[in-house]
Amino acid sequence: MSFESAGLSPLNASLATGSWLSGAPSGPTVRAVHDEFHGDLLEVSMGPQHPSTHGVFRMVATLDGEKIVKLNPVFGYLHRNHEKLGENTTYLASMPYTDRLDYLCSMTNNWAYALAVEKLAGQAVPERAEYLRIILGELTRLVNHACLVGFLFNDLGTSFTPLLYAFREREKILDLFESLSGSRMMCNYQRFGGCRVDPTPEWLAAVGKIVDGFPRFLDEYEQLLTGNEILLARTQGVGRLAPELAVSAGITGPMLRASGVNYDIRKVDGYGLYPRFEFRVPLGEHGDTYDRYMMRILEMRESVGILQQALRDLPAGPIMDPKAKLRGFRPKAGEAYGRIEGPKGEIGFYLISDGSPNPYRYRVRPPSFVNLTVLEDMCLGHTIADAVVILGSIDIVLGEVDR
Amino acid sequence: MDTPEQLRDRLLARFPGAQIVLVPNPGPAAQPSLLLDAAHAVEAARFLRDASGLRFDYCSNVTGIDWPEKEIVETTKTTVPDPAGGPPKVVEQKTKRVQSGYLEAVYHLYSMELKHGPVILRLRTANRTDRNAVPSLTPIWRSCEFQEREAYDLFGIVFEGHPDLRRILMWDEFKDHPMRKDYVAPDDFEWEPTPHGEVLERAKAHYPAPPPQEGGAV
Repeated sequence: MSFESAGLSPLNASLATGSWLSGAPSGPTVRAVHDEFHGDLLEVSMGPQHPSTHGVFRMVATLDGEKIVKLNPVFGYLHRNHEKLGENTTYLASMPYTDRLDYLCSMTNNWAYALAVEKLAGQAVPERAEYLRIILGELTRLVNHACLVGFLFNDLGTSFTPLLYAFREREKILDLFESLSGSRMMCNYQRFGGCRVDPTPEWLAAVGKIVDGFPRFLDEYEQLLTGNEILLARTQGVGRLAPELAVSAGITGPMLRASGVNYDIRKVDGYGLYPRFEFRVPLGEHGDTYDRYMMRILEMRESVGILQQALRDLPAGPIMDPKAKLRGFRPKAGEAYGRIEGPKGEIGFYLISDGSPNPYRYRVRPPSFVNLTVLEDMCLGHTIADAVVILGSIDIVLGEVDR
Repeated sequence: MDTPEQLRDRLLARFPGAQIVLVPNPGPAAQPSLLLDAAHAVEAARFLRDASGLRFDYCSNVTGIDWPEKEIVETTKTTVPDPAGGPPKVVEQKTKRVQSGYLEAVYHLYSMELKHGPVILRLRTANRTDRNAVPSLTPIWRSCEFQEREAYDLFGIVFEGHPDLRRILMWDEFKDHPMRKDYVAPDDFEWEPTPHGEVLERAKAHYPAPPPQEGGAV
């Protein structure tokens, strides 16, 4: 494990030229289904109703003995045409819908959407609101990563204990969200040009208490999990993702950095006030499932640092831009793409305005949908039990994949 | 990083026969996009990915846009002199012109190696019905694989050269493309023909309704 210094390794020529498409065999190849010498291939349809597929997700795996030789992800069971809904309502009315995309990270979804609309309309955000966004965004990252690690261990078969440790901490943070925004998970907190509610000093003190106690939870969590024999045996070297393939396939977030590619949108774009904060970007070396687990733990530790700086420096002032218009909001004709580093990767919104109160085009760039592209590549040659763990380490939420 | 104008000039210098147009963005974000022609799109995309100083190795967002055909009313004013010698009259003439519709695929490119971007690429189809194909950029960036499938599914843009162009979010038997502006949702998504109705009709034919009784109902 290292920090940032590794940089991007030079692109492997074969992968950069797209030869993965021409069918260069990277694992076992699919042979004839009926083969009297080797036995039959077995097609297993796993899901959509299966506890370890994290929702209504289906994997159609072709097995040769125990090895996966082909895997076809099938989804769309939760599709409700979110983008069409966004085009049929006003800009502000889509804000609560974005909560429902990735329902673990409603604060960052709100933030990405607000950022895109602010870009579209050329709006400014006051300093205090930017700080609040960072505080809530990083709290969301803590919630998401802690839960992901818990779910990953559930997939490993460690029967719920790590998940309950994570849920204990998550409840504390969700209580904060509830007392601030009125809802635990569907926060609907951001507005174009600021935030909705100004937190009280008591709320900020409560955040400070939880943030200061979080490293202790992480130590406890890591003591329980990181050196765990089951984890090491089941995840090290499993589901390797080459950095070249990860870049080409548009993988973002902790999954990309686990493969050693130094790309964090908080650093690259410097949106919000992130350039003012000191934090490190953890990078993996092997790109396997264990590195993806470790990325989450290390990012949580960095997030705690960001939160402490934000709580220390939080300025007084307005939380909404006084020029911001909530009613009768009609941005000028044009288009904008706003993206942030969500806990799962790059979440972006692409908006086209034709000058009317509704967006002409409203597009969500979902991180976990794009991250699923390489599921088959990572699973080839592993067993179906490993496929469950690899899927768990991608960190998908079907509300966002299917939209 | 090159400005979009410089990028267009670089592409035109590299591909002399190509038609590359800068599409302006009137909004505050103000970033114009590059409209590529179908014949050179794949090669131009490969150039953007591989050329030194550009290295757009990461295609972040791929999506479709539907631009249905719209009627444009143009008003022309002509001044007609009055033969009686009075002040000249202004006659307004309205002409209607139908601008043909098209589908558009939009790609947002960034560089993970050089950490710059975005560059926005656009590809346009000839119309919305039968000539609705654009070249697929999946051979250049693998991240287009699922997102182009989604644009095919929801908008009906056919990506030529895509390795596995199937519906991804809607079910395979679904006929229409729901993100198009003129899409009309059916009254009942879950209706499917069942033997029930047919059986009922046959039963009715087999046992004809009793003739109406004289003198009204008893």
